Amino acid sequence: MSECFLRLERVSKRFEPRLSLGDRIAARLGATVETRSVHAVDEVSLAVARGETLGLVGESGCGKSTLGRIAAGIIAPSQGEVTLDGEPVMSEGRKRSTRIQMVFQDPFASLDPRMRVGEIIAEGPLYHGLVPAVGARSYVARWMERVGLHAEQAERFPHQFSGGQRQRIAVARALAMQPDVLVCDEPVASLDVSIQAQIINLFLELRRDLAITCIFISHDLSVVRHLADRIAVMYLGRIVEIGPRDVLYEQPEHPYARALLDSVPRLVTRTGTRVEFRTIAGEIPSPLEPPAGCRFNPRCPFASADCRIRPPGLMARHVGGGEVACYHPLGEDGQPLRECVG
Amino acid sequence: MSGFMEQLRAFWVEFRESGIAVAALFVIALILVLALLAPVIAPQDPYDLTGLSLRDARRPPGHVGSAGYMHLLGTDAQGRDLFSAILYGLRISIQMGLAAGLAALLLGASVGLAAAYFGGRFETFAMRIVDLQLSFPAILLALILVALLGQGKAQLIAALVAAQYAYFARTAYGAAKAERRKDYIEAAVATPLSDKRILFRHLLPNCMPPLIVVATVQIANSIALEATLSFLGLGLPVTEPSLGMLISNGFQYMMSGRYWISVYPGVALIILIVAINLVGDQIRDQFNPRLRR
Repeated sequence: MSECFLRLERVSKRFEPRLSLGDRIAARLGATVETRSVHAVDEVSLAVARGETLGLVGESGCGKSTLGRIAAGIIAPSQGEVTLDGEPVMSEGRKRSTRIQMVFQDPFASLDPRMRVGEIIAEGPLYHGLVPAVGARSYVARWMERVGLHAEQAERFPHQFSGGQRQRIAVARALAMQPDVLVCDEPVASLDVSIQAQIINLFLELRRDLAITCIFISHDLSVVRHLADRIAVMYLGRIVEIGPRDVLYEQPEHPYARALLDSVPRLVTRTGTRVEFRTIAGEIPSPLEPPAGCRFNPRCPFASADCRIRPPGLMARHVGGGEVACYHPLGEDGQPLRECVG
Repeated sequence: MSGFMEQLRAFWVEFRESGIAVAALFVIALILVLALLAPVIAPQDPYDLTGLSLRDARRPPGHVGSAGYMHLLGTDAQGRDLFSAILYGLRISIQMGLAAGLAALLLGASVGLAAAYFGGRFETFAMRIVDLQLSFPAILLALILVALLGQGKAQLIAALVAAQYAYFARTAYGAAKAERRKDYIEAAVATPLSDKRILFRHLLPNCMPPLIVVATVQIANSIALEATLSFLGLGLPVTEPSLGMLISNGFQYMMSGRYWISVYPGVALIILIVAINLVGDQIRDQFNPRLRR
């Protein structure tokens, strides 16, 4: 990474169960009370360059949304820090920076139902003095047209729009804050496929025109492939592999990343033969009791004794750049490059 | 605010479909007008003790008294014209109910919203007190407070608020807890906006529907509670009789055939409370998404 614009420095997020008075008394009296915490994100470090789009992929519950919210300053990390251009995004438990904004998954929940679209878009910029009150109307109109809406729709309420239009409103609200970084948490997951394409095209356009830095979170690998320059694969709160898009898609070295890419239903393989798609054996373990060592080891066909004891750190990939957290990275044939021991 | 007017109009269109609710609303409006215009309509000022004559005491409905006009609903033990006393009594009941209901709404909603939004120790502390209060009868608390604070309008309102804010706090807390998790609040945090702005511009407006429903019911409850306290002799001074005190004063004559002194103020109280509750029910049904067509 030549230039690190947005940096996540060993951030962790634990969700502690909040014990009620009754629970605390019960625990004192010897009853079994759930006191384990959920490690949603575990010591993740990430660096995103200016103008780059980083795709963050993983199964449901792997912590990618939590990581996105930490990056956007909505959740304070339990440990670690997020900095943008060297400045912390949060201080004293509050978000201070306006330079990083977020687009949410569900456009039916992310817009205040009691505000007009114009008010929704103008609220942040007016509050932070990015635009004078007299210029707010034309400012809103400009952003609405920029995302493909009509300026005269500013007087309407969110419920008068379709899902795709609402997502455009949400994008306009984020962009009206003139951010340097946009965190998009599954912004197309709840939309119809035809609408998804429109919104993806909008993102491509905006990225080209505004040179915006973006973290794009998705479980849809084809969407991410369209948009991202680099991909990070998450599993149970950790990043297991990160690298340039094409390299990672062509030759994933982490067994989980490989399994994830192989589980995408395809009619033909890269070599042209028909295959049934493979699923990953087993269930994702409970984040209350993550397995020791490498968190993928219970489901990994190549796991060795090492994998069960000591978690592997991120190491340079063998080909094409990027990093992988695995003792037995895979080669092109899908078999470990090194002999498995144990 | 043409959007608000639009919503109000849509609300009214749906409200109009319920004949009973419209009738109840009409009754409330009528009572409000009567209460407001009491000094004009009432033949007698029941607070003016010099205008009362004991010669006219306990006369049945339709009796023409010494002042030369007919006592439509009879007179009480002090010779007050009951029709006038009821109009003035309604005035006091509505005053007390509205003042206490709205003050309880303000206090309760603030406590509930703040507890849900800020969480932590304040949430635990505030909501435990609210739970504690909800677990024993409101009337008991009101009785104790009136006994401690003494008689008077302000003291009575304070007692009513203390007895009722907990309902608003619970409702506001529940609604805010549900809204707090929604993405539009996270979006406001991400902007970032101040806590004050998120609380008042985003959280509060979205918690209003259940609060409005509880408010209508609680205004009726305040009126009933005030009447109960007055009936027990702990309400307002005897010189300014509210409905509850009129009922109480006439109670001793019930068995001697002079039913009107108690019954007519009671009927007025019942009509007022039932009408408010009917309107409240309709508003609740309209805000309930499960009953939406």
